Amino acid sequence: MWVAVKCSRLALAALLWFAPAHAQQVPDTLEQRLVACAACHGKNGEGLKANEYYPRIAGKPARYLFNQLVNFRERRRQSPAMNYMVGFLSDDYLRDIARYYAMQPPRYPAPQEKPSSEVQARGEALMQRGDPVRKIPACAACHGERLTGMEPAIPGLVGLEVHYIGAQMGAWRNRLRRAQAPDCMANIASLLIPGDVEAIAAYLASLPPPAHAEPLPAGSLKLPTECGGA
Amino acid sequence: MNQTQRLTAVAILGVAIVLGIGFVVHFPWKSEPPRGGPAGADLKLGEYLIQAGNCYSCHTAHDGKPYAGGRPVATPYGTLYSSNITPDPQTGVGNWSADDFWRALHEGKSKDGSLLYPAFPYWAYTKVTREHADAMYAYLKSIPPVSQQNRAHEMRFPYDQRPLLAGWQALYFREGEFKPDPRQTPEWNRGAYLVEGLGHCAGCHGQRGAWGSVREKDIGGGLIPMLNWYAPSLGSKRDADEIAEFLKHGVSSARAAFGPMSEVIRDSLQHLEIADLRAMAVYLASRGDGDEETASGPRLTSAQQKQLMELGARVYHDRCADCHQQAGEGVPRVYPRLAANEAILMRNPVNAVRIVLNGGFPPSTRGNPRPYGMPPFAHVLSDGEVAAVVTYIRGAWGNRAAPVSAVQVASARGVPLD
Repeated sequence: MWVAVKCSRLALAALLWFAPAHAQQVPDTLEQRLVACAACHGKNGEGLKANEYYPRIAGKPARYLFNQLVNFRERRRQSPAMNYMVGFLSDDYLRDIARYYAMQPPRYPAPQEKPSSEVQARGEALMQRGDPVRKIPACAACHGERLTGMEPAIPGLVGLEVHYIGAQMGAWRNRLRRAQAPDCMANIASLLIPGDVEAIAAYLASLPPPAHAEPLPAGSLKLPTECGGA
Repeated sequence: MNQTQRLTAVAILGVAIVLGIGFVVHFPWKSEPPRGGPAGADLKLGEYLIQAGNCYSCHTAHDGKPYAGGRPVATPYGTLYSSNITPDPQTGVGNWSADDFWRALHEGKSKDGSLLYPAFPYWAYTKVTREHADAMYAYLKSIPPVSQQNRAHEMRFPYDQRPLLAGWQALYFREGEFKPDPRQTPEWNRGAYLVEGLGHCAGCHGQRGAWGSVREKDIGGGLIPMLNWYAPSLGSKRDADEIAEFLKHGVSSARAAFGPMSEVIRDSLQHLEIADLRAMAVYLASRGDGDEETASGPRLTSAQQKQLMELGARVYHDRCADCHQQAGEGVPRVYPRLAANEAILMRNPVNAVRIVLNGGFPPSTRGNPRPYGMPPFAHVLSDGEVAAVVTYIRGAWGNRAAPVSAVQVASARGVPLD
């Protein structure tokens, strides 16, 4: 009885707390809460083509997006705007935000011009086969043959801008982008030599959007390297 | 003893042990004092006071373990790194006695007698009572120890010479516990104790004098060094319940937190009892008027001012009115009011300019776990448009604050974001 009274009091308090918001007709939705994100990443997280630093976030695996939001908050990734935006948001909220964008349908930019055949071949080789001599695993080994990623935490790579890929690889090499240990992408990026990143980025940007954009189901691939963030 | 008897004996012993542990947990004062703490110190109280002092924010690195230190604190004199205050004996404060802790809080002295930099707000913590210091000490002794070496400070000469702090302390530091004012109510005194003591609000909301000096009672507003957010004056005749609500949830019927205040609310104030927050608000309300606006903006002819206001109104109705409403009235607890909002009317317009440029979210708190965010406009509005819209919100709906120039906006674009 007492519990019931207490609960109903709590419910009443909660109702009073939120009532004015409804009175003014502000939608009680994540979409409305996240207009701040839409300014750069687009209304549905499709990304802004005009700027290489506003990547698509729609349709990326929820766990991947959550990990990145936490990494921005904890300054393992450096982006003044993102560090600032999510600086004081809780894990629960970041998880909701990640789920919201994971559920948005991805939209891909038109493929960019194909690079020279030499660069194209180098990019394709690294993406699909890696370089066993230099102990570089193929990108496809984790991100999937179609490079659409794998649930729950490996992102798709198709449709990312050349400069964005270049900037992320550079950030991993310089420890400006970090992830949960063991930081597999930092290790792999450290094995790359000049020319590799350009080839990978140009190859990726030239790919047509995949027919099936969704990430592979969890556990579809046996990862060749240990990844704290995956 | 047969097997059944043996089992029964083991069971009785087990129950006795569990009951015994229960007794110790429930009645700590009847048993050993908490690990390392002075007899009678209350861990719950200690935790509460540590939260009221917001020790967590400075003593926890962004990517670090709680209270293990290592967070850089940029000052005009170099960078300080906060210390490990977990009870690790080698790298933390595991070897500190309650007296050592008291001296740090009360006198600004480390265990080895060296003087502490006033980035550690002993100029305010000196108001804390011995009983409360002991409870805080007991709590810190109870948290998980973390082995993490303190990082050496990177202060420029001569500020790296710690003995010089004796001069600073002689000039600017007055040690002494809080003395209640018998003419005031207990609520007022509780508020004053929290604001001037553990809350160390003057650290940001006061004007820093020479060499970082700060007076614990000065809450008249000030530009926070290095961060370049303007911490508003806290003294004014405000509604104490609304202020308490704001401190508890990060949003209220009138306002929303931004900038460094978000961190203070997330890590400290949201954990305090509403009665204590109200006491703080009652004390603040007694401290006279807020930040008075003076006409210190750019000199404009009335034609220029009219033009600026017209452009600002256009930008406002295009970009801002959907959320902040046509007459700047906002939406309680969702989008802050802009009409008669002190945060917008201050002499220094940097906060409003930065928020228009960078947007942001109030903190997630228990009362407001999923705050509504504001988009950044830095990439879609020119310096002139930002200046116009900030001038407009500072001058419309009865607001009477000075206009803002494009130059002021340009200089705010370059400021690090936090």
